[in-house]
Amino acid sequence: MNSNQSREESFSYNQKILNYIYQAAETGVYDIRGLGAKRHLPTFDDLVFLTASMSRYPLEGYREKCETKTVLGTRHAKKPIELDIPITIAGMSFGALSANVKEAIGRAATALGTSTTTGDGGMTQEERQSSKTLVYQVLPSRYGFNPDDLRKADAIEIVVGQGAKPGGGGMLLGLKVGERVAEMRTLPEGIDQRSACRHPDWTGPDDLAIKILELREITDWEVPIYVKIGATRVKDDVKLAVKSGADVVVIDGMQGGTAATQETFIEHAGIPTLPAIRLAVEALQEIDMYGKVQLILSGGIRTGADAAKALALGADAVSLGQAVLMALGCNSPHYVLGDENVDVTSEYQALGTSPGYCHHCHTGRCPVGVTTQLPDLEKRMQPEWGAHRLTNYLQTVTMEMTTLARACGNSNVHHLEREDLVALTIEAAAMAKLPLAGTDWIPGEEKL
Amino acid sequence: MESLDLAAQSVREINQFFHDLNSSDTGEFEIHHPNGAHNIAVGLDAPVKVHIRGHAGYFIAGMNKQAEVTIHGNVGWSVGENMMSGVVRVNGFASECAGSSGHGGLLIIDGDASSRCGISMKGSSILVGGNVGHMSAFMAQAGYLLICGDADHGLGDSLYEAVIYVRGKIHGLGADAREEPMEESDYTKVKELLEMAKFNHDPKEFKRVASAKTLYHWSPNSKQFAVL
Repeated sequence: MNSNQSREESFSYNQKILNYIYQAAETGVYDIRGLGAKRHLPTFDDLVFLTASMSRYPLEGYREKCETKTVLGTRHAKKPIELDIPITIAGMSFGALSANVKEAIGRAATALGTSTTTGDGGMTQEERQSSKTLVYQVLPSRYGFNPDDLRKADAIEIVVGQGAKPGGGGMLLGLKVGERVAEMRTLPEGIDQRSACRHPDWTGPDDLAIKILELREITDWEVPIYVKIGATRVKDDVKLAVKSGADVVVIDGMQGGTAATQETFIEHAGIPTLPAIRLAVEALQEIDMYGKVQLILSGGIRTGADAAKALALGADAVSLGQAVLMALGCNSPHYVLGDENVDVTSEYQALGTSPGYCHHCHTGRCPVGVTTQLPDLEKRMQPEWGAHRLTNYLQTVTMEMTTLARACGNSNVHHLEREDLVALTIEAAAMAKLPLAGTDWIPGEEKL
Repeated sequence: MESLDLAAQSVREINQFFHDLNSSDTGEFEIHHPNGAHNIAVGLDAPVKVHIRGHAGYFIAGMNKQAEVTIHGNVGWSVGENMMSGVVRVNGFASECAGSSGHGGLLIIDGDASSRCGISMKGSSILVGGNVGHMSAFMAQAGYLLICGDADHGLGDSLYEAVIYVRGKIHGLGADAREEPMEESDYTKVKELLEMAKFNHDPKEFKRVASAKTLYHWSPNSKQFAVL
């Protein structure tokens, strides 16, 4: 036997798995963490656009008009949502995020003419005031949920599941439960707060249909109602959401983020965003509701290219969460104080991590002040600075999206279509049902 | 008393009528022929009295504020869900999830309530003249659930700060719920709750169930698995 074989790492029991087993054996509990899946997954990076050349007529780079206006909730609401761009901000809770962050998000979303969304814990005054268009989530926990805020909302989103933890609830650990968060959630300060995995007042789609009617009655049928689903059995779930009366279905793929949940959930539940959008579109087409019920796609949307590909695959809009936090400094080695960058690498190290690798949102000790409730940390992310950064980021994403749309010959980003895309890998081709680049082969589809 | 009739008007029209009231308007109204309709008198925010004359469906008086709504019959799921204030009274029986996530106010059910009564309640008081079904007061955060009859299994599972008083038999407690000794303050509270509902029982007959608080912090020592 070759002596080198004694240095061979086991594939099944590699260093990562060994560390997991050692930690489990030591502590007796599983890991809870924030953000989304870190494992390799097929993504929109595995798709490319077939931009115009001889067969298509491109539009001029950044000069010619390319429409980005987006209307959501046309099915039943008296007042559908009208956005300037199809890039929205996903629901993230006050509690998980600081009030400064919520305000910065609201300001940036308003500057770009798009919507932002509340989260577990209810609606803060800051985010309502700073957000022109605010979507109010109806979550299983109903923390801080009340009819007054419901009536202040521009749209309502019933959260059935999240891509990071479909079928599971969340956890706001006690470190983040300060006086204000505790009061909003009607729970004692400092205790771990479990966000329920199922709603308290309805269970299946037949009940949900009546629940949606209740919300419509209370809001006098004025605002759209979204149903947000974590991507698992997407076809069935989308059809049931539509049957229940949703105006808009939000599909959140497994790359979606969370403030805190079990790592085993984040890495091992749900399906990636790439197949999720294809399945959702097919579901709507099969029941003749495509274009009548709008689709929002979330879960790992990071760039203008991602957004453009999502629209080409049939989404009406995308929703960003983790990328928004990163625009505000998440995982950066420093925060900004006046004109200075203040290095916080040592604080990441104190959490057992480094800039670029951190997922310790659940601890509340965010070195850059994004996912915290601690006053000393919270002030590291000032709303004005954050709003400026996020506005820049959303603007960049929008410009990239329109650039690709123009290059495909479209004067409207919503005119992007599946035919504009091919896949670079067999997996992506199979999941998106797109041809593998350079071929006319779509895995799983027999040629007649 | 002004009469409204669901045989002649839609739920939408009747709710809109109430929503058009000012938040200080008073008055007494009765709704005839509910015939099991859902979402009657939801989102009210005025100190009015509303009588629903007959059996009604889901979410009756949901998210109520200020109003005093009486259902002269039985109701379906989630009566008085997420109510903020006011009084909702069911003269008959209530189906599942009665008073779920109620933040305030008073829900009285003269008969039995089915499963998950008071689930996720956040400060309201729920007074049940009869029995409650399984998993009642699941994850209840604050407020009082008073049960004059029996409670089915899983009572108070994952309780936070809400307190449960039970007069009859408890068929089983949920995770982290425990029976605690009644103290003088509990007897006073039970007496007060009984008087609110005009239920005629002796506070001495009641038992107290509250959270053992072993799940308040995530820990390997928490009894989250049946095998532990």
